Parts: sequence; C-alpha cells; structure tokens
Amino acid sequence: MSKTVIELQGIKRDFIVGDETVHALRGVSFSITEGEFVTIMGSSGSGKSTLLNILGCLDTPTSGEYLLDGIPVRRMTKNKRAVLRNRKIGFVFQNYNLLPKTTAIENVELPLMYNTEIGSKERRKRAIDALKAVGLGDRLEHKSNQMSGGQMQRVAIARALVNNPAVILADEATGNLDTHTSFEILVLFQELHTQGRTIIFVTHNPEIASYSSRNIRLRDGHVIEDTVNNNILSAKATLATLPKSDD
Amino acid sequence: MNWTNLFKISLKALANNKTRAFLTMLGIIIGVASVITMIAIGQGAKKSIQDQISGMGSNIIMIHPGGERRGGVRLDPSEMQTLKVDDYEALKRESIFLTKVSPSVTASGQLISGNNNYPSSVSGVGIEYLDIRQLNLAEGEMFTETDIRASAKVCVIGTTIRDNLFPDDRNPIGKIIRINQVPLRVIGILESKGYNSMGMDQDDIVIAPYTTVMKRMRAVTYLEGIFASALSEDMTDYATAEIAEILRRQHKLSEDMPDNFEIRSQKELSDILGTTTDLLTTLLACIAGISLLVGGIGIMNIMYVSVTERTKEIGLRMSVGARGIDILAQFLIEAVLISVTGGILGILIGCGASAAVKYIAHWPVDIQTWSAVLSFAVCTVTGIFFGWYPARKASNLDPIDALRYE
Repeated sequence: MSKTVIELQGIKRDFIVGDETVHALRGVSFSITEGEFVTIMGSSGSGKSTLLNILGCLDTPTSGEYLLDGIPVRRMTKNKRAVLRNRKIGFVFQNYNLLPKTTAIENVELPLMYNTEIGSKERRKRAIDALKAVGLGDRLEHKSNQMSGGQMQRVAIARALVNNPAVILADEATGNLDTHTSFEILVLFQELHTQGRTIIFVTHNPEIASYSSRNIRLRDGHVIEDTVNNNILSAKATLATLPKSDD
Repeated sequence: MNWTNLFKISLKALANNKTRAFLTMLGIIIGVASVITMIAIGQGAKKSIQDQISGMGSNIIMIHPGGERRGGVRLDPSEMQTLKVDDYEALKRESIFLTKVSPSVTASGQLISGNNNYPSSVSGVGIEYLDIRQLNLAEGEMFTETDIRASAKVCVIGTTIRDNLFPDDRNPIGKIIRINQVPLRVIGILESKGYNSMGMDQDDIVIAPYTTVMKRMRAVTYLEGIFASALSEDMTDYATAEIAEILRRQHKLSEDMPDNFEIRSQKELSDILGTTTDLLTTLLACIAGISLLVGGIGIMNIMYVSVTERTKEIGLRMSVGARGIDILAQFLIEAVLISVTGGILGILIGCGASAAVKYIAHWPVDIQTWSAVLSFAVCTVTGIFFGWYPARKASNLDPIDALRYE
C-alpha cells in the first residue's frame, strides 16, 4: 500500500452570509494515496470549489481535520500555509494565471522564487526541466502573450511541477480550451499520472472522469459517489480519433 | 525572506509597466529637481545678498579707546591714549577671526593745493583699510608697507577732494596737497562711493600711511581706533570676543578691571542679513516639502491603483507560496525603487536645470550638496511612507478572493 497524501476527516466548512449560515461542506471524508489521478465532480453549489480551496491550503475547514502529506493543516497560520503550498502543492487554473509579459521560464520559476533554499542556478535548471517535461523545451523564452491557450496551460502545468509537489490541483484545467487542445492537456496529465504524480482534477465535465483512476462526486456538501475507475481510457487514443484543430 | 529574489520580482514588475513606472517617477523627479534648483537659486540669491551686505561693510569691527575716567569725568575717546600701535600689531599677528586689520588716526585741517582749498581731514591707516571699507582705486595706486615704514608723504584721495582741489584736472596723480604745512603727494584716486545712509559724503576722504599722520602731522604715539574685518558676518561675535581677549592681555588688565577700549560691530546689518536669509530658507523649505508631498501622493495613488489592477497576480503569487510579508516587501520595494530612481533622475535634472539657469538667465546659482543628499533621503522615506499603505492592502488580500477577482 503506497502512502496517503491527502486525508480528509469529517471536513465541514460554514460561511456566514448576512444572518444566514451557509453549509458549503457538511462532513467530507476521504483519503487519496500517492499516484492517484482523482477527478472531483459536482454541479455548481455542490461545494467543490470550497473543497478545492481547502485541499489547496488556501482555506481552512470550520471543523474536521485535513492532513496533507501527514501534516495537519487546520490550525496552521496563514504564513505557514503559504510555505506549505509552496512546497507541497502545484496549482493549475482554468485561466492559466500566468504573469503577463513574462517569459515561460520566468513564470515557471515563480514558485521557487519564494523558496529560499533553492539558488538561482538550481531554480533555472528545474524550470527548464519542467518545461521540457510538458513539451515546451523549445519555447523557454516565449512570453505569455506570444503563446496559444494550450501552450499557456502547459507553462502553468510546468509551474505546478517545478516544486516537485506532493499533489497537483487542477481547477477546470481544460475549461478554456477547445476539445483537441483539451485532450492534449489530458494526455499530459495522464503521462504525469503514469510517472507516479498525484493529481486532483476538479471539473464540470463528466467525460474527463473516464480518463482518471478515481472519481469523487459531490452534491450539496456531501460525497455522493466515490468510485475507482478500472477501465481508464487513453486520452492519446481519443486524441488520435479527433480531427486536427484548425490552428 | 530572500531579498535578492524579492528585489528581482519587484524590478521585473516595474519593467513590465515601464510607462506607468515612469509617470509615477515623474512626480518625484519634478519634486526633487525643483527642490535642488530652487535651493540652488535661493542659495545663489542668499550669497549675492550676502555679498551686497558685506559690500556695505557688515563685517567691519571698530575698536576705540574708552572706559577711562579721570576724576569722575568721562573723557572724549579720541583723547584717550590706550590704543597703541603694539595693539594693532598684536591683533594682526594673533587673531584667527579677523581677515584685515588697520590702525586709524586722524588729522583735520584745511587742505591746500595751488589756489584751491577745502576743509577736510586725513585718515592715517594701514594698507588693509581699503579692503575693510570696501574701497577701490580708480586711478593710480595705494601706498605700500615701505611707505608706512618710511612715513612717506603720500596720500590717496576721494573724488570730492579731487573735485574741490583740482577742479580742472581729472587726474591729479603726482600733484601735491598740503595740510597743516605737510605736503602730501597724491598717488591714487578712489572710486566714488556716494553718500552713505547717514548722509555722510564717503568721497570726502584722504588717506595716508598712519605713521605719516602720527609722526609728521599729529606727533602722537597712540591710535584713535583700529578697524578690522571679521571672516564673515556670522563670525563677528567670535571676532569681538577674540579682540577683547587679545587687547586685555596687551593692556595687562586683571579680571576685575573693566575694558579700557570699546568694540563695535555692524550688528544691525548682520541682523538684516540673518532675517533675510532665514526667510528665504523657510520659503524654499516649504516649496521643497510641498513638491515632495505631491510626488509622494502620486506614488501612493499609482501603487494603490496597481494593487487593485494586479489583484489576480497577487492571488497567484500567494497560491504558489508567497506569504503576506513577501507581497508587502515586493510592493514596498517597488515604491522605493520608483522614488529612489526618480530621486536620482531628479538630482541630475535639478543640477542640469540649475546650470541652465546660471548660463541662460545669468542668475547667481549655488548648487548645494546637502540639498541633493536631503532630497534623496526624503525620497526613500517618501517611498516607504507612501508605499506602505497600498503594500499593506496587497499583503492582506485573501488569496481565494484575489484569484477570483476579475
């Protein structure tokens, strides 16, 4: 049995809006072991964004405990969580969130800029390696506004990989891309998965579930379904069947 | 915290917004440049006022004999014999705060030249007298130390004397004037100074070596006074104290004895000078303060807008592990970089503008090192002060809200 990367124990998260208390999460428990590719699905209002924020250490649960790589997060200070994010988590966002007018390599270097243990040479080397891993070895000096959506998302994935995180959190990572490019990105995620990376992919799109190893479904703050996918489809094979995109 | 990295991040952020960074800087540039130029012009004006007031002789110190009573009757100072040539020489030799010293002894009488005559007096002085009284020669030359040693029968005259004794001769150099039967050869004519504020004709003057007046005309061994000029107006008080010390020693006065001389300076003039320059300095300080304040508010404004505009970027930085303090430091460094760079450019432009004013408008300009240092320091402080609030706002953002910000 490989080690547990994420463990949620009865996570509840309440928000106070005016006089009312909104229960976004009403007791969510599951654990994810190293090397899993988990999709988290649910309609809007199901609590998936809240869950993602908690998983990403951006937010803390009202009650329950969250262990990330064995470290309890709930009582951590803001600054300690920032350092934890820096070392353990790689984010991939729907709208890429690259720094404007900044080269691919500088974007990828960003998380390491906030890590004092890594010198500038090591930082550059790691950034180049990460960009090569996502297939952008020839676009190191391209600026973010000179790249297509797919390329930008690859840069974002490289940025998520560069700190060698315990888990990669993808938030609708293919949401802004056309089908063809989406599958290209999905191929990349599957490759990372086979390399042993732990990936959590939050999405609306039910199609993506069949390319992951496990699917968790949320509704009204509860986990309503948690299934292991024994028949993982190959994104590469699907990509081959798609007509070439115009660009 | 890694300052090198934060510095790189800030520099990069500024480089990405060159126009905005420059426009922000402009406030500081104009502020600092105007401070430096204004102070340079102000100091130039101050100096030229100072020179003019010095021209009126504001640093002149006059020493007269005095304080002596005989049988309860206070005597006319000129009758007292307490000031000697030795005192003059001691002052000349020992004083630090005096630049020029000259003895003074006067002989009055009717000046005669040919068939013209005029009532006046001859001042017996040293060669430094011209500098002390700010007198200049128009023609001829001043007598020399040799003339003084030889008690030479020479004199330098003012234009009033020339006009009365030599009405037909504009250049009477080499001519002889007689006073009290002593013939004096005219060797120089002084430039006209007109009347002074008391209505006294400053051109009604004949000067001769003090030895000549003492030995040949008056047959006295004492001086009527000593004229001196202090290093500068503000040194007058030190100079006065120093003179008193030297003279008391010269006169062998014990602690409990009063001074037997009197020292007078042009206090009124130096007070005017002080008030004028203080006013100028205050005025300039106000201008300086206001321009830097405006520049600083410019920085705060832009940094504030910048925080709002870059909310998403801040969210991203936080999500990849930037702590609040990292964001705070980044924005502060940006603000300080803007203000310091603006400060340096402002100093350069200020110096350039001052030089331009000097060469184009021919105003007296005096660039002050302290004004550059001061405005540079103020810039840095301005950057930190006005950058703090927006930086604080940025660092307090919630990463979730910041990431969702559109």
